[in-house]
Amino acid sequence: MNRKPFLATLLAAVLALPGLAPAADYVIDTEKAHAFIQFRISHLGFSWLLGRFNEFSGSFSYDENKPEASRVEITIDPASIDSNHAERDRHLRGEDFLYTSKYPEARFVSTSYTATGEDSGVLTGKLTLRGVTREIDIDVKQTGHGKDPWGGYRRGFEGSTTLTLADYGIDYNLGPAARQVEMFLSIEGIRQ
Amino acid sequence: MWRNSQQHYGHISITLHWLVALLVFGMFGLGLWMVELDYYHGWYQRAPDLHKSIGITLFDIMVLRLFWRYSNPRPAPLASLASWEKRLSGWLHVFFYPLLFVLMLSGYLISTADGRAIAVFDLFRVPATLTSIPDQEDIAGLVHQWLAYTLIGLVALHALAALKHHFLDRDGTLTRMLRGKP
Repeated sequence: MNRKPFLATLLAAVLALPGLAPAADYVIDTEKAHAFIQFRISHLGFSWLLGRFNEFSGSFSYDENKPEASRVEITIDPASIDSNHAERDRHLRGEDFLYTSKYPEARFVSTSYTATGEDSGVLTGKLTLRGVTREIDIDVKQTGHGKDPWGGYRRGFEGSTTLTLADYGIDYNLGPAARQVEMFLSIEGIRQ
Repeated sequence: MWRNSQQHYGHISITLHWLVALLVFGMFGLGLWMVELDYYHGWYQRAPDLHKSIGITLFDIMVLRLFWRYSNPRPAPLASLASWEKRLSGWLHVFFYPLLFVLMLSGYLISTADGRAIAVFDLFRVPATLTSIPDQEDIAGLVHQWLAYTLIGLVALHALAALKHHFLDRDGTLTRMLRGKP
C-alpha cells in the first residue's frame, strides 16, 4: 500500500488547522541588518541625541495562537555603541558609562508576555547591563509578518522602553533632563 | 649665533628646545585635567579643543625642529662626561623625537577616527586621513595615554640629569642650553 498520499493529506490537514500550528522559532535578522537597537537621550534638555548598538544577536519564539508563550533573547555588544562621534563613543564605552572593558556583554531574556491587543503587548524580562540585572517591561507591537520574496517567512516587532541610567550604576551627571534613556527596538525575525 | 656650532647651541635650537618643553608640560597637564572635567564645567568643550589645537601646533614646531637638527652641527657632549652618561643621554635623546611624533599621531587618530577634521584655533582645519580602523579611537586613546606617561617619565629623567650636571657636577650642560655661547 502506498502511504504517501495518506501522509500528505494528513500533513495538509494539520497545517490547515491554525490551532495546531506549533510555536515557531525566529532568528533575528542581524546578518542583513533588518533589526535595530536605538536609543535617544536628551542633550541638556534642548534636543535629542540619537544612537544605536551596531552589534547584537538574538532569537524569539512566537505562536500566533498562544502569544503569551512568546520568548525573546537578545545579546548586545555594548562596545558597539555608535552615536556618530568617535570621541563621545569612546567616553560612552568607558568607566563613566557602559564600562565595556569590565562588562563586555548586555543581555535581555524575556520572562513573560502579556497581550494587550491583537498585535500589541508588554514583554517582561531581565535586562543585564553594566553588570546589573533588573526586570524591565518593553511595550511591544507586531509590525507585520508573512512570506518574504525569497522563500522565507518573516515576522517583525517594534518595542520601546525607558531605562534610568542610575539603575545600572551610571551616575555621570549629564543634567536633570538626561537621567533616563529611551530605547527603541525594531526587530525582524526569519522563521527557522 | 643663530646656528649651532660643534660646541654650542644656537638661539634657534635653544628657543625650540624650551618652547617644546613648555608645550609638552602644558599639554600633559591640560590632558590630565580635561579628561576629568565635569560635563557642566565651562571648559568641558574648550579644553579638548585647545589640546588639539596646541597639539597640531606642536607637531609643526617639531617638524621645524627636526629640520633644524639635521641641517645644523650637533654640539658634542661635554668632554667631562663619563662614558655611561654619554651613552645614557644618547639613548634618551634617541627616544624623544619618535616618542613625541607617535604620541601626537595617536592623538590625531583619536579625534579623526570618525572622519571629523581637527579645527586649529578656528584658523584652519586638519582633515582626517586614516579612519574607521576597527576600535581606532580606543586603541589610539590607550597609546596616547601610555606614551604620554612614558614621555613625561623620560622628561623627568632628562631634567633630573640636567640639574645633577648643574648643581652636583657644576659643568656647563644646562647653561649651554640656556645661554648658548658662554
